[in-house]
Amino acid sequence: MTGTELSVEGVTLTAGAQRLVEDVFLTAGPGEVVGLVGPNGSGKSSLLRAVYRVLRPDSGAVRVDGADAWGLPVRKLARTLAAVVQDSAADFDLAVREVVAMGRSPHKRLLDGDTAEDRHIVESALDSVHALDLADRPFDRLSGGERQRVLIARALAQQPTLLVLDEPTNHLDIRHQLDVLGILRSLSATVLVALHDLNLAAYYCDRLYVLRDGRVVSSGPPAEVLTRGLLAEVYGVDAEIAVHPRTGAPQVTFLPGTPTRPLTGAGPSAT
Amino acid sequence: MTAGTQDAPAVSASRNPVTEREPRRRSFVTTLVVLGLLLVVSMTAGLAIGSVRVPPAQVWGIVTHALGVDRPDADWSGARETIVLDVRAPRVLLGAMTGAGLALVGTALQALVRNPLAEPYLLGVSSGASLGAVAVIVFGVTLFGQVSLSVAAFAGALVTLFLVYTTARSGGRITSSRLVLSGVAYASVLTAVMNLLLLTSDRGNEARAVLAWTLGGLGGVRWSTLWLPGAALLLGICVLLAQARSLNLLLAGEEAATTMGLNVGRFRARTFVLLSLITGVLVAAAGPIGFVGLMMPHIVRLFVGGDHRRVLPTAALGGAIFLIWADIAARTVAAPMEIPVGVLTALCGGPFFLWLMRRDARRGTGRGVV
Repeated sequence: MTGTELSVEGVTLTAGAQRLVEDVFLTAGPGEVVGLVGPNGSGKSSLLRAVYRVLRPDSGAVRVDGADAWGLPVRKLARTLAAVVQDSAADFDLAVREVVAMGRSPHKRLLDGDTAEDRHIVESALDSVHALDLADRPFDRLSGGERQRVLIARALAQQPTLLVLDEPTNHLDIRHQLDVLGILRSLSATVLVALHDLNLAAYYCDRLYVLRDGRVVSSGPPAEVLTRGLLAEVYGVDAEIAVHPRTGAPQVTFLPGTPTRPLTGAGPSAT
Repeated sequence: MTAGTQDAPAVSASRNPVTEREPRRRSFVTTLVVLGLLLVVSMTAGLAIGSVRVPPAQVWGIVTHALGVDRPDADWSGARETIVLDVRAPRVLLGAMTGAGLALVGTALQALVRNPLAEPYLLGVSSGASLGAVAVIVFGVTLFGQVSLSVAAFAGALVTLFLVYTTARSGGRITSSRLVLSGVAYASVLTAVMNLLLLTSDRGNEARAVLAWTLGGLGGVRWSTLWLPGAALLLGICVLLAQARSLNLLLAGEEAATTMGLNVGRFRARTFVLLSLITGVLVAAAGPIGFVGLMMPHIVRLFVGGDHRRVLPTAALGGAIFLIWADIAARTVAAPMEIPVGVLTALCGGPFFLWLMRRDARRGTGRGVV
């Protein structure tokens, strides 16, 4: 598994009359971990949807190793790109193992059964998110954090070279947040991940893209992107940024009670 | 890790994941074998029970004799042979095929619309099929006999399914209430149109027979009409089993299914066509029979889990057995009068539906029962 190169070229997305994302350029080189940050409604999820082929761009292109993602057969793309999406699962009785085994589907022909190799891949995927002990539990009885780890395992079972995740640390306690991001860090696959927590994003990502109102307002290595001025502009909060002595990553400390601009401007516009 | 401390048994049980897999597979095989045996028993009962009781041993004698086995002990009358072979056998077979087919359709529909209450009857698909068939009868299009009836029923089912789906879907996510309500609404309109057609038809003498058919019944079936439901069912089983993996993917949600390589729109459209075909042919043969497709998938999931590779064959067997017994009850409880079998399935299915609704409501608040 070597990483795939992703490039988003001038993508614009709309829903009805509403612009969700406007003219976004983004790249993620092989093996890079690229973070997408920004306030709620800034277009993070929409942009990811365009990448994993659910929301068709009105203009622009999504290229995966140079090929137009929207021109590839869904199944073929799924052998390269896996996603962890924010779509609730239905309440049918599947065991965790069966949920993860779904990830093998793009590698299967119509009548193929599960082979010993598939079972091995499923188990090592579960193992790498420290969820092998959940293998035979019913999926719909898991806690939010357990579910999230299982869904990441399902994506890993696809053996992707490009992994797209929409806020995978939601609902996780801090230990599992670190676990999940550590796992993403350890993969050889290229990773594009939307994150809420700026400190985690700063620590785990090679580069960040900051979205506001559907546009990229800043991008680059975390230390360059996360500045007091940017946080004031994008999030409307005053913050202090220092390099953490032990991690070496930028550390954001928010200073409450000093809004730098009215929050309504942050745009409660989309998703 | 919170999970580990709470569920110590699950941790120790999965220490050896390879052997852990076996019990479930074995229980699936066991379930299939048990259901297969039950099906044979049920069919025997279906041939034996009725106004003239034929002992099971004699049933087997007649059946094996007809299949070409030499039976020196052939001491039954020709009348009995006629009852078993020409009256009851096609009826039992149609019952088994209809039950199996409806269970398959219900299972697949529940995955396709991602809703546990989906079922051809409740979604109005059976009503659409009935209207199609009645239109053919009333307007006297008898060009290809049973085939034209089935084609019209198929068309009616297909149009209704797409209408109900589109209506339930408008405004984004399909909720249970929107789905069932639009199904009920379409069913009422379609049934009203059908009744209007029947009542104003100048073929008054046929209307009564057709009205009885609209309640769902297996009576009066002949060998010559069995091939069509048989072919539709065979096609349905093969295609659905081949696509069981795709049905599983839909359980993960549409977006997730797409990211795992399923072209959701195309798959759903194609499968809708297949399900309408099965429903249409079965309704043309046996009338609209409700709730089998609702009950069977839920019941078998309790035994074999939610993987469609196991649910589909198990539900089909369960549906066959259930409908054979429902038909036995239909022709014996009020003998010599015969109750439409659809009335009996609704008697079982209505309460089941209510139970499902309550269960889902409980699930909404806390951790519900399986």
